[in-house]
Amino acid sequence: MRRTPRDTEESTRGVRRRALLMGGAMAGFVAVLGARMRYLQIDQADQFKLLAEENRINIRLIPPARGLIFDRNGKLIAGNEQNYRIVITREDAGDVELVLKRLSQLIPLTQDEIDKTLKEVERRSSFVPIIVADRLSWEEFSKIALNAPSLPGVTPEVGLSRVYPRDTDFAHVVGYVGPVSEKDLEGIENPDPVLQIPKFQIGKIGVERWTEDLLRGRAGQKRIEVNHVGRVMRELERIEGDPGNDLRLTIDADIQNFAQVRLGEESAAMVAMDVETGDVLAIASGPSFDPNLFVRGISRKDYSVLTENDHRPLANKTVQGLYPPGSTFKMVTALAALQDGVITPGTGVYCPGHYEVGGRRFHCWKRSGHGTVSLHSALAESCDVYFYDIALKVGIDKIAEMGRLLGLGQRHDLPMSAIAAGVMPDKAWKQESYGQEWRIGDTVNASIGQGYVLTSPLQLAVMTARIASGKAVTPRLVHAIGSEVQPAPEAPPLPIDPQYLAEVRRGMFEVMNAQRGTAKSSRIVDETMLMAGKTGTAQVRNIGTAERESGVRKNESLPWRLRDHALFVCYAPHDKPKYAVAVVVEHGGGGSTAAAPLARDLLLRCLTGGMPPLSAYPAAQRGRIETQLKEMKLRSPDSPMPGKSRA
Amino acid sequence: MSFLEYRIKTAPTGLRKVLYLNWPLVLLVTAVASVGFLMLYSVAGGRIGLWAEPQMKRFAVGMVLMFIVAFVPIWFWRSMSALAYGVAFALLVLVELMGRVGMGAQRWIELGPIVLQPSEMMKFTLVMMLASYYDWLDPKKVSRPFWVLLPVLIIVAPTVLVLMQPNLGTSIMLLAAGAAVMFCAGVSWWYFAGVAGIVGAAVYGVFALRGTPWQFLHDYQYRRIDTFLDPTADPLGAGYNIIQAQIALGSGGWGGKGFMQGTQSRLNFLPEKHTDFIFTTLAEEFGFVGAFSLLALYAAIIAFCVVSALQNRDRFSQLLILGVAANLFFYIAVNLSMVMGMAPVVGVPLPLLSYGGSAMLVLLVGFGLVQSAHVHRPR
Repeated sequence: MRRTPRDTEESTRGVRRRALLMGGAMAGFVAVLGARMRYLQIDQADQFKLLAEENRINIRLIPPARGLIFDRNGKLIAGNEQNYRIVITREDAGDVELVLKRLSQLIPLTQDEIDKTLKEVERRSSFVPIIVADRLSWEEFSKIALNAPSLPGVTPEVGLSRVYPRDTDFAHVVGYVGPVSEKDLEGIENPDPVLQIPKFQIGKIGVERWTEDLLRGRAGQKRIEVNHVGRVMRELERIEGDPGNDLRLTIDADIQNFAQVRLGEESAAMVAMDVETGDVLAIASGPSFDPNLFVRGISRKDYSVLTENDHRPLANKTVQGLYPPGSTFKMVTALAALQDGVITPGTGVYCPGHYEVGGRRFHCWKRSGHGTVSLHSALAESCDVYFYDIALKVGIDKIAEMGRLLGLGQRHDLPMSAIAAGVMPDKAWKQESYGQEWRIGDTVNASIGQGYVLTSPLQLAVMTARIASGKAVTPRLVHAIGSEVQPAPEAPPLPIDPQYLAEVRRGMFEVMNAQRGTAKSSRIVDETMLMAGKTGTAQVRNIGTAERESGVRKNESLPWRLRDHALFVCYAPHDKPKYAVAVVVEHGGGGSTAAAPLARDLLLRCLTGGMPPLSAYPAAQRGRIETQLKEMKLRSPDSPMPGKSRA
Repeated sequence: MSFLEYRIKTAPTGLRKVLYLNWPLVLLVTAVASVGFLMLYSVAGGRIGLWAEPQMKRFAVGMVLMFIVAFVPIWFWRSMSALAYGVAFALLVLVELMGRVGMGAQRWIELGPIVLQPSEMMKFTLVMMLASYYDWLDPKKVSRPFWVLLPVLIIVAPTVLVLMQPNLGTSIMLLAAGAAVMFCAGVSWWYFAGVAGIVGAAVYGVFALRGTPWQFLHDYQYRRIDTFLDPTADPLGAGYNIIQAQIALGSGGWGGKGFMQGTQSRLNFLPEKHTDFIFTTLAEEFGFVGAFSLLALYAAIIAFCVVSALQNRDRFSQLLILGVAANLFFYIAVNLSMVMGMAPVVGVPLPLLSYGGSAMLVLLVGFGLVQSAHVHRPR
């Protein structure tokens, strides 16, 4: 459309006239706004100042009570206790330094603490309350309440603080809470306003962290009227928040305690799980630490004690620790070979004490050899040569496939921190990770759980449970949220011929109960609880040819760091499996001596629901076991539960 | 000599356009926006990353857009008017069909990474459309009923769509800005008087229908009006915002409480403290001096626009500049009236100060149009 010019002098004048009119009207309204501003800010200023200063309404968030964590039987693992503390608000205090000085005469406050508070007060806006001291005794708290008139801006408060009555038992599982840090807030799109409350506690690791959303709850609000020094005059309205959900874990607190104590000072990990439901009954990592230290703010000294310990108490070895499974892996190799049809249970292999392939010589742990062995005896006596041979027949890819089927090389999703996936190597994996071809020697090493294979104790427990039940059970830690019991998912049967599983189980039975079984000394003699298991001893160093010639050095003569890892996996009762246990003792030496006894005790503890009965042990060991069990410093089953209150 | 040639000959070309920009206006806009950054920093309790920094980034992007728009000849924008209006209208329809729901209202539309608020786009495309309409229309016909009905439809159609989102604040703004352009174009006084009468009747109707199934506004909007009429009736509920806003404002006094010393804690529950109610923070922390200075800055921006329109002899440019100025004025007037307790809380942001990306960008593009009209005016 061709536009006809319309910009005549007349029309332009018309627009100008109207524009001036409009501009005038706008100016008029601006004047009105200015007048209103003057009225509010100058004429009425005193009245509004009075309103603002003397009788103002304040909104305070009521932090929700954090959900409690219980064990499967309702015993408290993480509770809340009343915490008396005092906070200071700069705009109400005026001279903060003076007020703090007065305060230090009433309660013990070090100069260091005062400086820290002053710094914090400066950093924050004037109306943000800053915590000066917490965990005060009732006397100190009431002293401050009494002296309130001379302490402007100081408010005594009652808060809730997390407490772990079973301190070291659940440090790795449940973790701990701590004050929200700037780092926690980063990356949260729309932070919950409750996180702005100074020193609000959120889960930092473990169950506390990974179920934070369930445990936290929703903040309430109260509208309060305060006077000019910030003292609360009255509460006008209160909107209650929702407390967090309580959690019940699948863990039995007493069994967990037993496991933790049984580990002693060893750097070790132990997992017990139900082979049908996957319920984790105990998951202990030693040595442990007291999570309450972290809640209160751990001192530099305490922290360095933990970090400098070569047994790494802060690491959760059950899920985070990765170890070569050693001979406990042999079931995987055996099942892969059986399933693939390259062997039958009766297939015999002659073991002269070593095996030669690709120009290299691989040794059996028994230098003199086992003679001819078949599946059951190979497992029972843990003959390495047998597994070298069948592994080469079936190939690494089939073995890896079986390993993954049994739960190795994958992250099992539990609400815990730093869960490692481990390594279930195959040809593609090596090509991708190292850019190298898979060699025949790698298969030989992998067949006995050495070389590239890495597993966590949790994975070993899952593997054992799957072999025992024939089902693809997955571990779980949360038994109930609030009052809603979470049903265990029905585990599908493993795609493995049940007959082969039965043969492997038979081999594991012989490990414990046959004349030449490697873990015979750790057997259970009670007919109703006979166990099946497998020992493992994982080398952590290379044994050179020279050393082989002169005789392999005994573990005891090596520094702790170079000793073998001791492993043991087992389940019981052998004919009707109920619980599976996996134990790893770092640098503990042989699996049969260092790990198997621990696993047996834990199995018995799970099966009997009480202290292991002496009658279950071989008669010759009863005397020694009796003293050993007596010396265990267990928590009394009806331990007091501080902090049960919810206030 | 046709108008087109005449323009091409006299308008500055290339980079020389920089010299012909309305620089005082650029500086004023930057000054007001900077006040905004300070306030957002303060409201966030001294955190820059929360609101101030994103706002600065948007401002920077907006300024670049402004210069780009300013450099493009105004006659190009005139020829784009109908298209721009059409696109914005189509997007409004689209948001109605598939928009994202936020804050209880359907206002956004997502196109990949970009979140569009078509109601914001409509603000100036409507002004453009009306300006080009009156530029095309013979000035002698502007007051004839048919030629009045047409622009009314142009205004009402998008307004209804925005109202349905529901976004009362923006729909009022659209109506007001459209009416301002019509007024400046010379539409007879009688029409405005007539509309004022109808609006009066309509307001009566809105309240008469309250509580019936045919009620026109949402309950929360009725409550806002109630609270406006008597904030003390519900001091802890809906009236709390207004009372607290006034207390904060009034307690600022002459010189204010000082930067970062405001008692926003009391307003902390306000979801709009960084958007619609940002002025209270300024008034509280910098007092009457600060608040009045801001008002003066705004008045200066509008004055520069009006003067620019008076200098211009091109009808489209004149009406466009006046439309943008009127739009800005209505936002400021309604927002300030609202926080100072002179108007109901309708949810209108304060231009250049309130936190918000779409509004900032669109406003700066609007200023770009004003600059383009200024640079390319017939001399």
